[in-house]
Amino acid sequence: MRLLALASLLALVAPVQAWAQGSVNVYNWSDYIAEDQLKVFEKDTGTKVNYTTYDSNEILDAKLRTGKSGYDIVVPTASPFFVRQLAASLYLPLDKAKLKNWNNLDPEIMAALAKYDPGNAHGIPWMWGTTGIGYNVAEISKRLPDAPVDSLRMIFDPAVVSKFKDCGVMMLDSATDVLPAALKYLGLDPDSKKTEDLAKATDVVKAVRPFIRKFHSSEYINALAGGNICLAFGFSGDVFQARDRAAKAKDKRDIAYAIPKEGSLLWIDVAAIPKDAPNPANALRFLDFLLEPKVAAASSELTGYANGNRAAFALLPKDISGNPLIYPPADVRNRFYTITAGTPEQTRERTRLWTTVKTGR
Amino acid sequence: MRYVIALPFLWLGIFFLLPFALVLAIALGTNAPDSVPPVDLGIGLKSFTLLFTDDLYLAAWLTSLRIAATSTLVALLLGYPMAYAIARAAPRRRPLLLMLVVLPFWTSFLIRVYAWMGLLDENGLLNQFLRWSGIAANPGTILGTEWAVQLGIVYAYLPFMVLPLYAVLEKLDVSLLEAAADLGARPIAAFLTITLPLSLPGVVAGCLLVFIPAVGEFVIPDLLGGTETLMIGKVLWDEFFTNADWPLASAVAICLLVLLAAPIALFQRQQARGPEPARERRR
Repeated sequence: MRLLALASLLALVAPVQAWAQGSVNVYNWSDYIAEDQLKVFEKDTGTKVNYTTYDSNEILDAKLRTGKSGYDIVVPTASPFFVRQLAASLYLPLDKAKLKNWNNLDPEIMAALAKYDPGNAHGIPWMWGTTGIGYNVAEISKRLPDAPVDSLRMIFDPAVVSKFKDCGVMMLDSATDVLPAALKYLGLDPDSKKTEDLAKATDVVKAVRPFIRKFHSSEYINALAGGNICLAFGFSGDVFQARDRAAKAKDKRDIAYAIPKEGSLLWIDVAAIPKDAPNPANALRFLDFLLEPKVAAASSELTGYANGNRAAFALLPKDISGNPLIYPPADVRNRFYTITAGTPEQTRERTRLWTTVKTGR
Repeated sequence: MRYVIALPFLWLGIFFLLPFALVLAIALGTNAPDSVPPVDLGIGLKSFTLLFTDDLYLAAWLTSLRIAATSTLVALLLGYPMAYAIARAAPRRRPLLLMLVVLPFWTSFLIRVYAWMGLLDENGLLNQFLRWSGIAANPGTILGTEWAVQLGIVYAYLPFMVLPLYAVLEKLDVSLLEAAADLGARPIAAFLTITLPLSLPGVVAGCLLVFIPAVGEFVIPDLLGGTETLMIGKVLWDEFFTNADWPLASAVAICLLVLLAAPIALFQRQQARGPEPARERRR
């Protein structure tokens, strides 16, 4: 009996040992890597990948701030999360000499990312995309045949949005995505932190508030796909997901995505190594693996997002690399904008303004 | 024996007092976004004073109280007849009926709330039925309103109301009611003068079990509610996750606890003190 207890205890301890020695703990967005590639990495390096997923930047942020998260690789969105985590020195600087695939990265995306992380010292761009307008083609054209679908007027002009109140409008519940877009709509600097500019942006959103069913950062995927709403301001990849789900549904709905011609907030998800990572050497090896063109290409094929790997571009199927909504042409890319994090006081002011927009208080 | 009695206190100490002390310590510290964890410990009341300079927190708290109170009342009005019926059912059928009350717990809470979204959506099952049956051609949607939040809370917490009520009603001596009938009391009078007062501990327990978690509820308003339904759980989430201000989030949590615990403790003391003079008189 005692022998049996000892044996089961050993069985419990043994995997922990292996885990502590040759493994890498990856914490990534759900559906964000071609998982067969993980097996390739395990076979090539003999390092076990403990792969877990999350679906909210805030959860990741709280885990990192608590300390000792136990993760070797995490993939936060560049702004505002990766930036404010950088300010708290939560990441290890990358030893680029050990990243032999570094030069595969796309210089344009690297330059955008360097605004947050000078010299790209702490992270590599994994996937990127835009913030724009998702809509139900049939419902929109029924109500407003010449709707300005590729303009921010679609979501910020009360005369336009009011037409779609009855079929449902949703907007991201995120001050850092919607207020910069409202500033852009007004022709102001989308990164402005000035109180008077933010007040003007708040007024823009308040004017369309009566026509918006809900502010939520993920519900619009199902709502668009299921025909419960006809218009959403959201992330490119999420709208693509809604489009694919709607196309598979019984009563096929045509969901489309448009990048606002005024400009779009560029989001980049960054792979980085937390400062207290238990296996930093394996983490570097894993980052280098992510930089291999075939890994990035296989993952883009799965997710439908653009990746930050220029060498992977040639390996992509035409329906991804040739899709102007995934890899937009230069004139659209030139109107991308990014925003900086700002001080904690500015964050608080922005959140407070946002609550005012949503609740009238 | 003494150790056995100490066990609940140990439990209370480890799982309530210790975490509470930690939260209090964070609430008294200052926000330090650039350190891990993002708090500088110390004794300061900055986070608490901020709570009182902005009426957002008071408004959110009042909304939460209002929603929790109405949900509790509805749960009581639904749960009491249910518990009564189960307690009066044939003894061999009671286990089955109780099982039916508890059965929803076998499915994840989150999935059950999600299921309500599927029912209440614009193109959800409810509206599909209304359109199909011709009751309403354009029924509108209650998903995203306060009604949906109340419905969700009543649905999710109803078993917590039914079970303590059942426990009390089941023990109730039926011969008391027979005696009342013999003395000429109508069923309603007998219910009001005998059953209801004797089941009061169950009513109080059930109401507390529904009311307290409902005040701090986050998932139900997030999924079923609209944007304008400002509840304290959402405010706390914003402070902790969006603003990453742990001290302020902790201060909100402490105020919530104190404002809830004080009236409950007072009520409990009243309850405990109440019967004593009566007992003395009897002597």
